[in-house]
Amino acid sequence: MVKFIVEDHDGNRQEIEAPDDMGLSLMEVLKASEYPVLATCGGMALCATCHVEVIEGEDELGEATDPELDQLENLPEYFPTSRLACQVRISPLLEGAVIRLRGEDN
Amino acid sequence: MITTDICIIGAGPVGLFAVFEAGLLKMRCHLIDYLPQVGGQLSEIYPQKPIYDIPGYPEVKAQELVDNLMDQIKPFKPTFTLGERVDHLAKQSDGSFIVTTNDKTQVHAQVIVIAGGLGVFEPRKPAIEKLEHFEGKGVTYMVKNPEAFRDKKVVLAGGGDSALDWTIYLSKVAQKVTLVHRNETFRGAPDSAAKVFDLANNGKIDLILSANLKELGGNGHLNSVKLENKSKEEITIDTDYLIPLFGLSPKLGPIADWGLNIDKNAIEVDTRDYSTGVERIYAIGDINTYPGKLKLILCGFHEAAIMMHSAFKYVYPDQKLSFKYTTVNGVNSF
Repeated sequence: MVKFIVEDHDGNRQEIEAPDDMGLSLMEVLKASEYPVLATCGGMALCATCHVEVIEGEDELGEATDPELDQLENLPEYFPTSRLACQVRISPLLEGAVIRLRGEDN
Repeated sequence: MITTDICIIGAGPVGLFAVFEAGLLKMRCHLIDYLPQVGGQLSEIYPQKPIYDIPGYPEVKAQELVDNLMDQIKPFKPTFTLGERVDHLAKQSDGSFIVTTNDKTQVHAQVIVIAGGLGVFEPRKPAIEKLEHFEGKGVTYMVKNPEAFRDKKVVLAGGGDSALDWTIYLSKVAQKVTLVHRNETFRGAPDSAAKVFDLANNGKIDLILSANLKELGGNGHLNSVKLENKSKEEITIDTDYLIPLFGLSPKLGPIADWGLNIDKNAIEVDTRDYSTGVERIYAIGDINTYPGKLKLILCGFHEAAIMMHSAFKYVYPDQKLSFKYTTVNGVNSF
Protein backbone atom coordinates (compact mmCIF):
# COMPACT_ATOMS: atom_id res chain seq x y z
CA MET A 1 0.00 0.00 0.00
CA VAL A 2 1.10 3.57 -0.64
CA LYS A 3 -0.13 6.73 1.03
CA PHE A 4 -0.37 10.12 -0.60
CA ILE A 5 -2.31 13.36 -0.17
CA VAL A 6 -5.03 14.65 -2.49
CA GLU A 7 -6.07 18.30 -2.53
CA ASP A 8 -9.53 18.94 -3.99
CA HIS A 9 -10.81 21.99 -5.87
CA ASP A 10 -11.62 23.74 -2.57
CA GLY A 11 -8.12 23.21 -1.17
CA ASN A 12 -9.18 20.44 1.26
CA ARG A 13 -6.50 17.80 1.75
CA GLN A 14 -7.07 14.14 2.49
CA GLU A 15 -4.70 11.21 2.83
CA ILE A 16 -5.46 8.35 0.43
CA GLU A 17 -4.18 4.82 0.78
CA ALA A 18 -4.09 2.61 -2.29
CA PRO A 19 -2.70 -0.82 -3.24
CA ASP A 20 0.41 -0.59 -5.40
CA ASP A 21 0.27 -4.13 -6.77
CA MET A 22 -2.96 -4.05 -8.78
CA GLY A 23 -1.87 -2.03 -11.79
CA LEU A 24 -4.23 0.81 -10.90
CA SER A 25 -3.85 4.33 -12.20
CA LEU A 26 -4.13 7.43 -10.05
CA MET A 27 -7.25 8.36 -12.05
CA GLU A 28 -8.97 5.10 -11.08
CA VAL A 29 -8.14 5.61 -7.41
CA LEU A 30 -9.37 9.23 -7.48
CA LYS A 31 -12.66 8.12 -9.03
CA ALA A 32 -13.03 5.26 -6.55
CA SER A 33 -12.44 7.80 -3.76
CA GLU A 34 -15.41 9.81 -5.13
CA TYR A 35 -13.37 12.77 -6.35
CA PRO A 36 -15.02 14.67 -9.23
CA VAL A 37 -12.81 13.28 -11.98
CA LEU A 38 -14.65 12.85 -15.28
CA ALA A 39 -12.11 10.68 -17.10
CA THR A 40 -14.14 11.03 -20.28
CA CYS A 41 -11.85 8.89 -22.41
CA GLY A 42 -11.58 6.19 -19.75
CA GLY A 43 -7.81 6.40 -19.35
CA MET A 44 -6.32 6.67 -22.84
CA ALA A 45 -4.64 10.07 -22.31
CA LEU A 46 -7.05 11.53 -24.84
CA CYS A 47 -9.18 14.06 -22.97
CA ALA A 48 -7.25 15.76 -20.10
CA THR A 49 -10.28 15.71 -17.79
CA CYS A 50 -8.13 13.93 -15.16
CA HIS A 51 -5.58 16.76 -15.12
CA VAL A 52 -3.71 16.99 -11.79
CA GLU A 53 -0.78 19.04 -10.54
CA VAL A 54 1.92 17.31 -8.52
CA ILE A 55 2.64 19.68 -5.61
CA GLU A 56 5.13 17.45 -3.81
CA GLY A 57 6.92 14.34 -5.04
CA GLU A 58 7.37 15.52 -8.61
CA ASP A 59 11.02 14.41 -8.70
CA GLU A 60 10.05 10.82 -7.87
CA LEU A 61 7.07 10.73 -10.24
CA GLY A 62 8.90 12.18 -13.20
CA GLU A 63 7.68 14.41 -15.99
CA ALA A 64 4.58 14.14 -18.13
CA THR A 65 4.96 11.81 -21.11
CA ASP A 66 4.47 12.92 -24.73
CA PRO A 67 0.83 11.77 -24.97
CA GLU A 68 0.08 13.69 -21.76
CA LEU A 69 1.81 16.84 -23.04
CA ASP A 70 -0.19 16.60 -26.28
CA GLN A 71 -3.40 16.86 -24.24
CA LEU A 72 -2.14 19.38 -21.68
CA GLU A 73 -1.14 21.67 -24.52
CA ASN A 74 -4.80 21.95 -25.54
CA LEU A 75 -5.90 23.23 -22.13
CA PRO A 76 -6.35 26.93 -21.38
CA GLU A 77 -3.89 26.50 -18.49
CA TYR A 78 -1.42 23.92 -17.22
CA PHE A 79 1.57 23.86 -14.88
CA PRO A 80 5.21 22.74 -14.92
CA THR A 81 4.33 19.63 -12.86
CA SER A 82 0.97 18.90 -14.48
CA ARG A 83 0.14 15.26 -15.19
CA LEU A 84 -2.82 13.27 -16.44
CA ALA A 85 -3.84 11.05 -13.51
CA CYS A 86 -4.73 8.20 -15.90
CA GLN A 87 -1.06 7.95 -16.86
CA VAL A 88 0.28 7.91 -13.29
CA ARG A 89 0.60 4.35 -11.95
CA ILE A 90 -0.09 3.66 -8.30
CA SER A 91 3.43 2.64 -7.28
CA PRO A 92 5.81 3.21 -4.34
CA LEU A 93 6.97 6.37 -6.19
CA LEU A 94 3.71 8.00 -5.07
CA GLU A 95 4.47 7.57 -1.36
CA GLY A 96 4.16 10.95 0.36
CA ALA A 97 3.25 12.84 -2.83
CA VAL A 98 0.75 15.71 -2.79
CA ILE A 99 -1.64 15.81 -5.76
CA ARG A 100 -3.89 18.80 -6.54
CA LEU A 101 -6.98 18.24 -8.72
CA ARG A 102 -6.98 20.50 -11.78
CA GLY A 103 -9.50 18.90 -14.12
CA GLU A 104 -13.00 20.28 -14.64
CA ASP A 105 -15.05 20.23 -11.48
CA ASN A 106 -18.30 18.47 -12.35
CA MET B 1 -41.03 22.68 -36.89
CA ILE B 2 -39.66 19.17 -37.47
CA THR B 3 -42.18 16.40 -36.73
CA THR B 4 -41.06 12.89 -35.85
CA ASP B 5 -42.04 9.92 -33.72
CA ILE B 6 -38.93 9.78 -31.55
CA CYS B 7 -36.50 12.60 -30.80
CA ILE B 8 -33.11 11.24 -29.75
CA ILE B 9 -30.85 13.65 -27.89
CA GLY B 10 -27.28 12.57 -28.58
CA ALA B 11 -25.94 11.04 -31.81
CA GLY B 12 -23.29 8.78 -30.29
CA PRO B 13 -23.20 5.02 -30.95
CA VAL B 14 -26.15 4.26 -28.68
CA GLY B 15 -28.32 7.07 -30.10
CA LEU B 16 -27.52 5.85 -33.62
CA PHE B 17 -28.35 2.21 -32.86
CA ALA B 18 -31.60 3.31 -31.22
CA VAL B 19 -32.69 4.50 -34.69
CA PHE B 20 -32.35 0.91 -35.93
CA GLU B 21 -34.42 -0.55 -33.10
CA ALA B 22 -37.06 2.16 -33.61
CA GLY B 23 -37.06 1.54 -37.36
CA LEU B 24 -37.82 -2.17 -36.95
CA LEU B 25 -40.98 -1.03 -35.14
CA LYS B 26 -41.80 1.53 -37.87
CA MET B 27 -40.97 4.50 -35.68
CA ARG B 28 -39.11 7.44 -37.25
CA CYS B 29 -36.30 9.28 -35.47
CA HIS B 30 -34.73 12.72 -35.43
CA LEU B 31 -31.37 13.09 -33.67
CA ILE B 32 -29.88 16.23 -32.15
CA ASP B 33 -26.24 16.62 -31.10
CA TYR B 34 -24.15 19.62 -30.03
CA LEU B 35 -21.10 18.27 -31.83
CA PRO B 36 -20.94 19.15 -35.54
CA GLN B 37 -20.64 15.45 -36.51
CA VAL B 38 -22.28 12.18 -35.45
CA GLY B 39 -20.48 9.57 -33.33
CA GLY B 40 -20.23 11.31 -29.97
CA GLN B 41 -16.98 10.74 -28.10
CA LEU B 42 -15.96 7.97 -30.51
CA SER B 43 -15.60 10.46 -33.35
CA GLU B 44 -14.66 13.46 -31.23
CA ILE B 45 -12.09 11.95 -28.86
CA TYR B 46 -10.74 8.64 -30.12
CA PRO B 47 -11.75 7.95 -33.76
CA GLN B 48 -8.64 5.84 -34.47
CA LYS B 49 -8.66 3.80 -31.24
CA PRO B 50 -9.54 0.13 -31.53
CA ILE B 51 -12.50 -1.19 -29.51
CA TYR B 52 -12.44 -4.88 -28.56
CA ASP B 53 -15.75 -5.53 -26.82
CA ILE B 54 -18.34 -5.05 -29.55
CA PRO B 55 -19.99 -8.46 -30.07
CA GLY B 56 -19.03 -9.92 -33.42
CA TYR B 57 -16.07 -7.58 -33.92
CA PRO B 58 -12.78 -8.89 -32.51
CA GLU B 59 -11.46 -5.37 -33.14
CA VAL B 60 -13.06 -2.29 -34.65
CA LYS B 61 -11.83 1.30 -34.84
CA ALA B 62 -14.15 3.76 -33.12
CA GLN B 63 -14.86 5.75 -36.30
CA GLU B 64 -15.40 2.54 -38.26
CA LEU B 65 -18.07 1.48 -35.76
CA VAL B 66 -19.79 4.86 -36.17
CA ASP B 67 -19.63 4.60 -39.98
CA ASN B 68 -21.08 1.08 -39.82
CA LEU B 69 -23.90 2.23 -37.54
CA MET B 70 -24.72 5.02 -40.01
CA ASP B 71 -24.91 2.37 -42.77
CA GLN B 72 -27.06 0.12 -40.61
CA ILE B 73 -29.66 2.83 -39.91
CA LYS B 74 -29.78 4.22 -43.45
CA PRO B 75 -32.96 2.24 -44.36
CA PHE B 76 -34.81 4.12 -41.64
CA LYS B 77 -33.92 7.58 -42.98
CA PRO B 78 -33.09 9.32 -39.71
CA THR B 79 -32.84 13.12 -39.78
CA PHE B 80 -30.27 15.16 -37.86
CA THR B 81 -29.78 18.54 -36.25
CA LEU B 82 -26.04 18.84 -35.53
CA GLY B 83 -24.09 21.62 -33.80
CA GLU B 84 -27.08 22.56 -31.66
CA ARG B 85 -27.79 21.96 -28.00
CA VAL B 86 -31.25 21.03 -26.72
CA ASP B 87 -32.19 23.69 -24.20
CA HIS B 88 -35.90 23.15 -23.51
CA LEU B 89 -38.43 20.36 -23.38
CA ALA B 90 -42.09 21.37 -23.30
CA LYS B 91 -44.81 18.81 -22.60
CA GLN B 92 -47.95 19.24 -24.73
CA SER B 93 -51.50 18.56 -23.58
CA ASP B 94 -51.63 15.30 -25.59
CA GLY B 95 -48.51 14.01 -23.81
CA SER B 96 -46.10 14.67 -26.69
CA PHE B 97 -43.10 17.00 -26.45
CA ILE B 98 -41.69 20.00 -28.26
CA VAL B 99 -37.91 20.24 -28.04
CA THR B 100 -36.16 23.58 -28.61
CA THR B 101 -32.44 24.00 -29.29
CA ASN B 102 -30.16 26.95 -28.56
CA ASP B 103 -30.54 27.94 -32.23
CA LYS B 104 -34.35 27.83 -31.89
CA THR B 105 -34.80 24.67 -33.97
CA GLN B 106 -38.00 22.94 -32.81
CA VAL B 107 -38.83 19.26 -32.94
CA HIS B 108 -42.24 17.78 -32.13
CA ALA B 109 -42.02 14.14 -30.97
CA GLN B 110 -44.17 11.58 -29.19
CA VAL B 111 -41.21 10.23 -27.24
CA ILE B 112 -37.89 11.68 -26.05
CA VAL B 113 -34.80 9.50 -25.76
CA ILE B 114 -31.82 10.95 -23.96
CA ALA B 115 -28.68 9.21 -25.23
CA GLY B 116 -26.45 12.05 -24.13
CA GLY B 117 -23.38 10.08 -23.03
CA LEU B 118 -21.38 12.25 -20.68
CA GLY B 119 -23.43 15.32 -21.48
CA VAL B 120 -22.84 18.22 -23.80
CA PHE B 121 -19.31 18.78 -25.11
CA GLU B 122 -18.78 22.45 -24.26
CA PRO B 123 -15.70 24.45 -25.24
CA ARG B 124 -13.10 24.96 -22.52
CA LYS B 125 -12.86 28.64 -21.70
CA PRO B 126 -9.67 30.45 -20.75
CA ALA B 127 -9.82 32.41 -17.48
CA ILE B 128 -9.96 35.99 -18.77
CA GLU B 129 -12.05 38.74 -17.25
CA LYS B 130 -15.13 39.81 -19.22
CA LEU B 131 -14.80 36.80 -21.58
CA GLU B 132 -18.47 35.91 -21.18
CA HIS B 133 -19.48 39.53 -21.63
CA PHE B 134 -18.09 39.40 -25.18
CA GLU B 135 -19.52 35.98 -26.11
CA GLY B 136 -21.50 36.43 -29.31
CA LYS B 137 -20.07 39.95 -29.54
CA GLY B 138 -16.71 39.03 -30.99
CA VAL B 139 -15.79 36.01 -28.83
CA THR B 140 -16.69 32.64 -30.33
CA TYR B 141 -15.48 29.11 -29.57
CA MET B 142 -16.54 27.38 -32.76
CA VAL B 143 -16.10 28.28 -36.41
CA LYS B 144 -19.50 27.31 -37.74
CA ASN B 145 -19.50 29.55 -40.80
CA PRO B 146 -16.03 30.70 -41.93
CA GLU B 147 -17.63 33.32 -44.22
CA ALA B 148 -18.60 35.27 -41.10
CA PHE B 149 -14.90 36.16 -40.79
CA ARG B 150 -14.42 37.37 -44.37
CA ASP B 151 -12.39 40.62 -44.46
CA LYS B 152 -12.41 40.76 -40.64
CA LYS B 153 -9.55 40.86 -38.15
CA VAL B 154 -9.36 37.60 -36.19
CA VAL B 155 -7.23 36.49 -33.24
CA LEU B 156 -7.05 32.74 -32.58
CA ALA B 157 -5.65 31.33 -29.33
CA GLY B 158 -4.45 27.78 -28.72
CA GLY B 159 -1.80 25.32 -29.85
CA GLY B 160 -3.70 22.19 -30.80
CA ASP B 161 -4.69 20.87 -34.19
CA SER B 162 -7.90 22.88 -34.43
CA ALA B 163 -6.07 26.16 -33.70
CA LEU B 164 -3.53 25.33 -36.43
CA ASP B 165 -6.14 24.17 -38.95
CA TRP B 166 -8.41 27.19 -38.50
CA THR B 167 -5.46 29.58 -38.65
CA ILE B 168 -4.51 28.12 -42.04
CA TYR B 169 -8.09 28.18 -43.29
CA LEU B 170 -8.95 31.67 -42.08
CA SER B 171 -5.69 33.12 -43.46
CA LYS B 172 -7.37 32.84 -46.88
CA VAL B 173 -10.62 34.42 -45.76
CA ALA B 174 -9.99 37.03 -43.11
CA GLN B 175 -8.37 40.44 -43.56
CA LYS B 176 -5.85 39.70 -40.80
CA VAL B 177 -5.21 36.56 -38.73
CA THR B 178 -3.16 36.46 -35.53
CA LEU B 179 -2.40 33.17 -33.77
CA VAL B 180 -1.45 33.39 -30.09
CA HIS B 181 0.19 30.37 -28.49
CA ARG B 182 1.69 30.09 -25.03
CA ASN B 183 4.71 27.98 -26.09
CA GLU B 184 7.49 28.33 -28.68
CA THR B 185 6.55 25.17 -30.57
CA PHE B 186 3.42 23.26 -31.52
CA ARG B 187 2.70 19.66 -30.61
CA GLY B 188 -0.08 19.37 -33.18
CA ALA B 189 0.27 17.78 -36.62
CA PRO B 190 3.80 18.66 -37.89
CA ASP B 191 2.49 19.45 -41.40
CA SER B 192 0.01 21.99 -40.07
CA ALA B 193 2.61 23.51 -37.73
CA ALA B 194 5.08 23.88 -40.64
CA LYS B 195 2.36 25.54 -42.73
CA VAL B 196 1.59 28.01 -39.94
CA PHE B 197 5.29 28.95 -39.60
CA ASP B 198 5.44 29.39 -43.39
CA LEU B 199 2.42 31.69 -43.37
CA ALA B 200 4.04 33.73 -40.59
CA ASN B 201 7.37 33.95 -42.41
CA ASN B 202 5.60 35.12 -45.57
CA GLY B 203 3.71 37.79 -43.68
CA LYS B 204 0.33 36.15 -44.29
CA ILE B 205 -0.44 35.86 -40.59
CA ASP B 206 0.93 37.23 -37.32
CA LEU B 207 2.24 34.48 -35.07
CA ILE B 208 2.77 35.47 -31.45
CA LEU B 209 4.49 32.76 -29.42
CA SER B 210 5.13 32.45 -25.68
CA ALA B 211 2.22 34.75 -24.96
CA ASN B 212 -1.02 34.49 -23.03
CA LEU B 213 -4.39 36.21 -23.36
CA LYS B 214 -4.68 38.83 -20.67
CA GLU B 215 -7.55 41.22 -21.25
CA LEU B 216 -10.35 42.04 -23.67
CA GLY B 217 -11.40 45.51 -24.74
CA GLY B 218 -14.38 46.97 -26.54
CA ASN B 219 -17.50 48.99 -26.04
CA GLY B 220 -20.32 46.55 -26.68
CA HIS B 221 -18.46 44.57 -29.37
CA LEU B 222 -14.91 43.27 -28.94
CA ASN B 223 -12.30 45.54 -30.55
CA SER B 224 -9.00 44.61 -28.91
CA VAL B 225 -7.16 41.79 -27.16
CA LYS B 226 -4.31 42.41 -24.75
CA LEU B 227 -1.57 39.77 -24.49
CA GLU B 228 1.33 39.29 -22.14
CA ASN B 229 4.55 37.71 -23.38
CA LYS B 230 7.09 35.83 -21.30
CA SER B 231 9.04 39.02 -20.50
CA LYS B 232 5.75 40.28 -19.00
CA GLU B 233 5.42 42.90 -21.74
CA GLU B 234 1.90 43.72 -22.82
CA ILE B 235 0.88 43.72 -26.47
CA THR B 236 -2.49 45.07 -27.63
CA ILE B 237 -3.96 43.83 -30.91
CA ASP B 238 -6.94 45.45 -32.65
CA THR B 239 -9.39 42.75 -33.67
CA ASP B 240 -13.00 42.05 -34.57
CA TYR B 241 -13.00 38.48 -33.31
CA LEU B 242 -11.30 36.26 -30.74
CA ILE B 243 -11.54 32.48 -31.19
CA PRO B 244 -10.13 30.60 -28.16
CA LEU B 245 -9.59 26.94 -29.14
CA PHE B 246 -8.76 24.89 -26.05
CA GLY B 247 -10.68 21.70 -26.70
CA LEU B 248 -14.01 20.46 -25.42
CA SER B 249 -15.12 19.11 -22.09
CA PRO B 250 -18.42 17.37 -21.27
CA LYS B 251 -20.98 19.04 -19.02
CA LEU B 252 -24.40 17.68 -18.06
CA GLY B 253 -25.87 20.95 -19.33
CA PRO B 254 -29.59 21.74 -19.58
CA ILE B 255 -30.56 18.06 -18.98
CA ALA B 256 -30.17 18.84 -15.28
CA ASP B 257 -33.19 21.19 -15.46
CA TRP B 258 -35.78 18.82 -16.96
CA GLY B 259 -37.20 17.45 -13.70
CA LEU B 260 -35.48 14.06 -14.00
CA ASN B 261 -33.92 12.21 -11.07
CA ILE B 262 -30.19 12.84 -11.34
CA ASP B 263 -27.56 10.98 -9.35
CA LYS B 264 -23.92 12.02 -9.87
CA ASN B 265 -24.47 13.47 -13.34
CA ALA B 266 -26.48 10.44 -14.50
CA ILE B 267 -30.25 9.97 -14.97
CA GLU B 268 -31.90 7.33 -12.80
CA VAL B 269 -33.99 4.89 -14.85
CA ASP B 270 -36.28 1.90 -14.35
CA THR B 271 -34.44 -1.15 -15.72
CA ARG B 272 -37.68 -2.69 -17.03
CA ASP B 273 -37.63 -0.25 -19.96
CA TYR B 274 -35.03 2.48 -19.17
CA SER B 275 -37.79 5.00 -18.62
CA THR B 276 -37.10 8.03 -16.46
CA GLY B 277 -39.51 9.30 -13.82
CA VAL B 278 -41.18 11.45 -16.50
CA GLU B 279 -43.61 9.64 -18.82
CA ARG B 280 -42.41 9.36 -22.47
CA ILE B 281 -38.83 10.31 -21.59
CA TYR B 282 -36.26 7.51 -21.68
CA ALA B 283 -32.50 7.56 -21.01
CA ILE B 284 -30.05 5.05 -22.49
CA GLY B 285 -26.29 4.60 -22.67
CA ASP B 286 -23.67 6.31 -20.50
CA ILE B 287 -26.09 9.04 -19.38
CA ASN B 288 -28.29 6.68 -17.31
CA THR B 289 -27.69 4.90 -14.03
CA TYR B 290 -29.25 1.93 -12.25
CA PRO B 291 -28.00 -0.76 -9.86
CA GLY B 292 -25.32 -2.74 -11.68
CA LYS B 293 -24.92 -0.20 -14.51
CA LEU B 294 -21.89 -0.72 -16.75
CA LYS B 295 -20.88 2.12 -19.06
CA LEU B 296 -20.30 -0.04 -22.13
CA ILE B 297 -21.46 0.54 -25.69
CA LEU B 298 -22.89 -2.97 -25.81
CA CYS B 299 -25.04 -2.29 -22.72
CA GLY B 300 -26.35 0.86 -24.40
CA PHE B 301 -27.33 -1.18 -27.48
CA HIS B 302 -29.30 -3.58 -25.27
CA GLU B 303 -30.99 -0.68 -23.50
CA ALA B 304 -31.97 0.83 -26.88
CA ALA B 305 -33.77 -2.36 -27.97
CA ILE B 306 -35.77 -2.75 -24.73
CA MET B 307 -36.56 0.96 -24.57
CA MET B 308 -37.95 1.18 -28.13
CA HIS B 309 -40.33 -1.71 -27.49
CA SER B 310 -41.65 0.20 -24.49
CA ALA B 311 -41.98 3.45 -26.46
CA PHE B 312 -44.10 1.76 -29.17
CA LYS B 313 -47.30 2.24 -27.15
CA TYR B 314 -46.92 6.03 -27.27
CA VAL B 315 -46.35 6.18 -31.03
CA TYR B 316 -48.98 3.57 -31.95
CA PRO B 317 -51.45 3.59 -29.04
CA ASP B 318 -54.03 1.57 -30.98
CA GLN B 319 -51.71 -1.18 -32.20
CA LYS B 320 -50.48 -4.30 -30.54
CA LEU B 321 -46.72 -4.80 -30.79
CA SER B 322 -45.69 -8.13 -32.24
CA PHE B 323 -42.07 -9.07 -31.74
CA LYS B 324 -40.27 -10.09 -34.92
CA TYR B 325 -36.76 -11.27 -35.78
CA THR B 326 -34.81 -9.58 -38.58
CA THR B 327 -33.87 -13.09 -39.80
CA VAL B 328 -37.57 -13.72 -40.46
CA ASN B 329 -38.74 -10.32 -41.65
CA GLY B 330 -35.57 -8.67 -42.88
CA VAL B 331 -35.18 -4.91 -42.60
CA ASN B 332 -38.08 -3.08 -44.19
CA SER B 333 -36.99 0.42 -45.02
CA PHE B 334 -39.30 3.43 -44.88
